[in-house]
Amino acid sequence: MTQLALVIDLNVCVGCHACVTSCKEWNTSGPAGSMSDDRPYGADPTGTFFNRVQTYEIGSFPNTETLHFPKSCLHCEDPPCVPVCPTGASYKRKEDGIVLVDYDKCIACKYCSWACPYGAREIDEHQKVMKKCTLCVDRIYDQNLPEAERKPACVLACPTSARLFGDVHDPESVVSAAIRENGGYQLMPEWATRPANHYLPRRKTRIRIHADELSRADNPLKKERQLPQPGKSEPSLDDVTSW
Amino acid sequence: MHPAFSVIFLTTLIGAGQGLFLALYTGQVYAFFHLLSAQADRGFYAGGSLIALSLLVGGLIASFFHLGHPERAWRSAAKWRTSWLSREVIVLPAFMGMVLLYGAAHWLDWNPPLLTIGTLTLNATMVFGVLGTVLCFILFICTAMIYACLKFLREWHSPLTVANYLLLGCASGFTLATAYSAYTAPDLMGFYGKWAIIITLLAMASRIASLLRNSKLKPKSTLQTAIGVRHNKIVQIAQGFMGGSFNTREFFHGKGVALLRSVKWIFLLMVFVLPLLLLAGGLSTSAAVLLSTAFLVQYAGLLFERWFFFAQANHPQNLYYQAIA
Repeated sequence: MTQLALVIDLNVCVGCHACVTSCKEWNTSGPAGSMSDDRPYGADPTGTFFNRVQTYEIGSFPNTETLHFPKSCLHCEDPPCVPVCPTGASYKRKEDGIVLVDYDKCIACKYCSWACPYGAREIDEHQKVMKKCTLCVDRIYDQNLPEAERKPACVLACPTSARLFGDVHDPESVVSAAIRENGGYQLMPEWATRPANHYLPRRKTRIRIHADELSRADNPLKKERQLPQPGKSEPSLDDVTSW
Repeated sequence: MHPAFSVIFLTTLIGAGQGLFLALYTGQVYAFFHLLSAQADRGFYAGGSLIALSLLVGGLIASFFHLGHPERAWRSAAKWRTSWLSREVIVLPAFMGMVLLYGAAHWLDWNPPLLTIGTLTLNATMVFGVLGTVLCFILFICTAMIYACLKFLREWHSPLTVANYLLLGCASGFTLATAYSAYTAPDLMGFYGKWAIIITLLAMASRIASLLRNSKLKPKSTLQTAIGVRHNKIVQIAQGFMGGSFNTREFFHGKGVALLRSVKWIFLLMVFVLPLLLLAGGLSTSAAVLLSTAFLVQYAGLLFERWFFFAQANHPQNLYYQAIA
């Protein structure tokens, strides 16, 4: 069993939105049709996106921390949006676990979006179908691309490599190792949707120093240190010695 | 959730249609067991079935306005094994067909006796009625389960949702049957009227029970579980865009708490209190006008009730859309 997924490292994400724009660029140019926008340069712009980067402030001043939080479809292993679809347009691929929408079958009843606790689905107001992250399914298997580029557009765009892509069911994969070793977690575990995408938490690097460690009893520098300069009124070497 | 008028009209119209059919058939069953004088007028059942059918057709038409691609609606019968919406899509036309058959059989007098047990004669319309009743109850369950099966919409995820859809639909249907019989078969007015009062009282108990349940709900999802950070104070600074998106339009009703509260009192008054008074008044004075007013007030109240039902549901995705910047 393969379950492709993203692992997003919140410790590294700087909130630059490069994943958002490259996602939109790749997917709006794809064979499935554009992701429509309304009033893109107007006062109240809106449009269809697969990926959003949100920002949260944790704590109160001065002990605050800013968290940039990229949010897209989590490709749940037990996706609540799939069984509710009346037409079968919403489905989870057996071969790689990607949750997809068949735009030719979708009737835009929006029921799947009601059934997703994460709000990962957005309707395309012009094409009138439900859309969501496809993990760039039209890219990751493309034999015409060099192997290094067979990754989702967002992963390739990330300047800080905060986004990892791979098979979370393969224990040896980069993503599995990252989840295992860096405390990867799932969003809203209370609904038992088992999201395939994981997030790596903010991690602090701290060293613990005790007060007695600040000065070493056997510090060799004390023996070899420069001696204090004698004062001007002190007798010089010439005064105390008879050459 | 943002209440969609297509779904509000769909659920209230088919609810009233289903209730009216059940009322008609209840009258026939009582007559079958000689508990009620049999309706000799074949037009009574046929006319009632026609009204029920028009309500069901009206609901079906309203439902198409909810779809982005109504021309593909036939596809929605595909996943009946997993989706309550798909099941509703199958059962609704089946039930409409059975109501049509039931009304037509009465109107055309196509009612051959199939079986005689002592003094009881089982006619074809009785069989159509049983099948219609079964489909009607399945349809109530399907409609309600569309909402009740979504476990993280906790205001809906309760057996009370199914009870409410069933009882509110039946209440409006029986009230309509009372008004209908006041004009066409005044003998039956008292029978339907008493049932309408009983079912309206039951519906009131069940709806108030769900209001009390929902007022005590504590959200399972919090901003902490939504983004996976353990801190008591987390504030959203940006949701990723400056304008709106589908997420901000579909899942927020955008109205104040005061409006929500007043809609609650309006529907409690219009669905339960006023119709009960009008029914009691209409039955005691045999005034058909009061009885038809009872139905109109109750139906209008149900539109408020359904609006409130959707608006009250708090979707966990809203946690991700708290601030624009």
